[in-house]
Amino acid sequence: MNTEELKQAIKNYIIQEFLPGENPDNVTDDLPLISSGILDSIATLKLVLFIEERFGITLEAHETDKENMDTLAQMVATIEAKQK
Amino acid sequence: MSTRALHQAFLAAAEHFPERIAVVEPGEGEISYRQLADLSGRTRDQLRARGIGRGDRVGLYLRKSIDTVAAIYAILRAGAAYVPVDPGAPPARNAYIMHNCGVKLVFSESRVTEKFCAELEAIGATPQVIALDDVGAGLALGRWLETQSSALPFAQEADISANDDDLAYILYTSGSTGKPKGVMLSHKNAVSFVDWCSEVFEPRETDTFSAHAPFHFDLSILDLHVSLKHGATLVLITEDVGKDPMRLAKIIAEHRISIWYSAPSILGLLAQFGNLANLEFPDLRHVLFAGEVFPVKHLRILCGLWTKPRYFNLYGPTETNVCTFHEVITPVPEDRSVPYPIGRVCSHLLGKVVDENGTTVERGAEGELCIAGLGVMQGYWGLPEQTENSFLVDPQGTRWYKTGDIVVEESDGCYIYRGRRDRMVKRRGYRVELGEIEAGLYKHAQVKEAAVVAVPDEEAGVRIVAHLSCKAQAVPSLIEMKRFCGENLPLYMIPDRFVWQQSLPKTSTDKIDYQRLKEMA
Repeated sequence: MNTEELKQAIKNYIIQEFLPGENPDNVTDDLPLISSGILDSIATLKLVLFIEERFGITLEAHETDKENMDTLAQMVATIEAKQK
Repeated sequence: MSTRALHQAFLAAAEHFPERIAVVEPGEGEISYRQLADLSGRTRDQLRARGIGRGDRVGLYLRKSIDTVAAIYAILRAGAAYVPVDPGAPPARNAYIMHNCGVKLVFSESRVTEKFCAELEAIGATPQVIALDDVGAGLALGRWLETQSSALPFAQEADISANDDDLAYILYTSGSTGKPKGVMLSHKNAVSFVDWCSEVFEPRETDTFSAHAPFHFDLSILDLHVSLKHGATLVLITEDVGKDPMRLAKIIAEHRISIWYSAPSILGLLAQFGNLANLEFPDLRHVLFAGEVFPVKHLRILCGLWTKPRYFNLYGPTETNVCTFHEVITPVPEDRSVPYPIGRVCSHLLGKVVDENGTTVERGAEGELCIAGLGVMQGYWGLPEQTENSFLVDPQGTRWYKTGDIVVEESDGCYIYRGRRDRMVKRRGYRVELGEIEAGLYKHAQVKEAAVVAVPDEEAGVRIVAHLSCKAQAVPSLIEMKRFCGENLPLYMIPDRFVWQQSLPKTSTDKIDYQRLKEMA
C-alpha cells in the first residue's frame, strides 16, 4: 500500500466513524484531530485499534498521544516507520 | 467536635511515617512524607510573605503533579482556600474563574501563562501569577523556591490555624447560565467526608491509592486527603494515561494500586480494552466509582476480570461530595440489567426525599433527594440567590441541600436513582449543564438558534446532540463546529452530534420545544 492509499484508508475510516457527512476536502493532512477536540478519547482509542488491526502493527503508548498522532500526516509517518 | 483543619491529618501522618512514599508521579519521580511536608512548608512561607492568609483564595492552573499536591498543602497551611481549574480548559474560562472568586495569587505553568495573563487583563483581574517551568516531580516548585529570598519578614511561621468554617477549597462546576459556578467547601465539610471514608474503607499505610480524577473534580478530595491522612501512597495518573485503558491497566498492576477510585466510564473501557486478564492485580482491594450510572453490562465484565476487590458505588454532587453509597455484591448476576442503587446515606449526613412543595414523600414514592449535615457546602461563591434557592430550610432551621436528583427509597434507607429534575447531565463523570453548551454555541457568528439535548445511549451513557439553525445559507462544517467548541468549551462538553435545521421547533408559547427535539433524536 502506498502512502496515498494508506492515508485514504485512515481518512475514510475517520469520516465514516466520527465525522459522518463531512466533506472529505475539509479533512486535510495537517488538520489537528485530537488537540482540537474533533476526536474525543474514545474515538482516538477506536482509531488506534483500527490502525493496529488494519496495518498489522502495534503502537506504543507514546506513539498514540497528541504529539505523535494529531494529524493524518503524522499518523501516516508513524505507520510507515513501523512497517519498515 | 474539636477544630481540625484538612491538612492537619497529613502533617500528623508525615510525623508518623516520614520515610514512606507519599506521592508517586509515574515516569517523573516520587516524594516522601517528610519531603512533601518540607516542600509544602517552604511554599507556605513564600505565600505568607506575599500576603496570603486566612480568608484568601489561591488558584491552581497546573497539570496534576507532585508540585500541585505540594502547592495544595502549602495553600491550606497558609490558611487560604485552593481553587483548582482544568488545565485543559480554555484560558478564558480559567481566567473567569480566578477573577470570579478573587484569587490573590495563581500558580500556573509557563507554557500557558502568556495567554492566561492576557485573558486576566482583558477582564480586569490582577492576581499575582507565579509561572512554573516544566512542572513535574515537585522539582518546578523547588526551583522556584530557590530563586526566592529565604530571608522572610517573619520568623519560621507555624501553620495558620484555620477555623473549621473557613473555606478549604472551591470547586467550579458547570453553570446553567453559561458561567461556571464555585462550590465553597469548608475545612469542616472536607474533614467530615474524609473521616467518613476512613470509617468505611479502613485505609492503611500499606495502601496505594490511585489519583485518576483531575484535581478540579470532587473525586480528588478522597484520593488526596484520605490517602495522605493514613500514610498511604498516592499514584498520580495523568490525563493522557488516564483515558488509555491499556496503559492504565499496566500502571495499576505495576504500582500495585490497592484502592482505585474513578468515574465508571474509564472502568468500562478498562474492562473492555484493558487486557486485564493478562495482568495481575493481587493488591487491589477496593474499587470505588462515582459520577454517573455504571452500565451493568460493563460492570459485570469488570467484576468477572477483577474478582478479588470489593466494589462500591458512591453517589453525591460536588455540593455534598459523597452522600450515599452502596456495596455491589459480586459476581453481578447474568440476568441483571437494572443499575445498582445509589444506596444509603453516609453516617455524617442525613437524607430525605421531598415532593415539589418540599414535603417529605412516603417511602416508595419518587421525589427529590435532599441532604443535610456536616459535609454540605457553604454555598456558591458570589451567588447568594442561587445559594438560597439550592437549599430547603426546615422549621428547625436545618439546611437541606436539594440535589436535583430524583430518587425512590426502596427499603430501609436504600435509594434508587431515577433521573434529574433539571437540564444537568453527567458525561464521563463530569457535570454538564446543557445551558452552558448552548451559551458556548451562541458565540459562533453563524449560529442563530442553539438547543442542546442529551439522549440516553447504551455505550456512552448519554449522547449530547446540538440542534442549530444558521444565519447564513451554507452551514458551517462539522469540523468547524467541533474546533470552535474545542476553543470555547472544556473538551468533555463538545457535542457528539450537530443537527442543522431551518429553524428549531417551538411550543405554543414560542419557546424552543425541547421535548420534540429529544424525540427527534
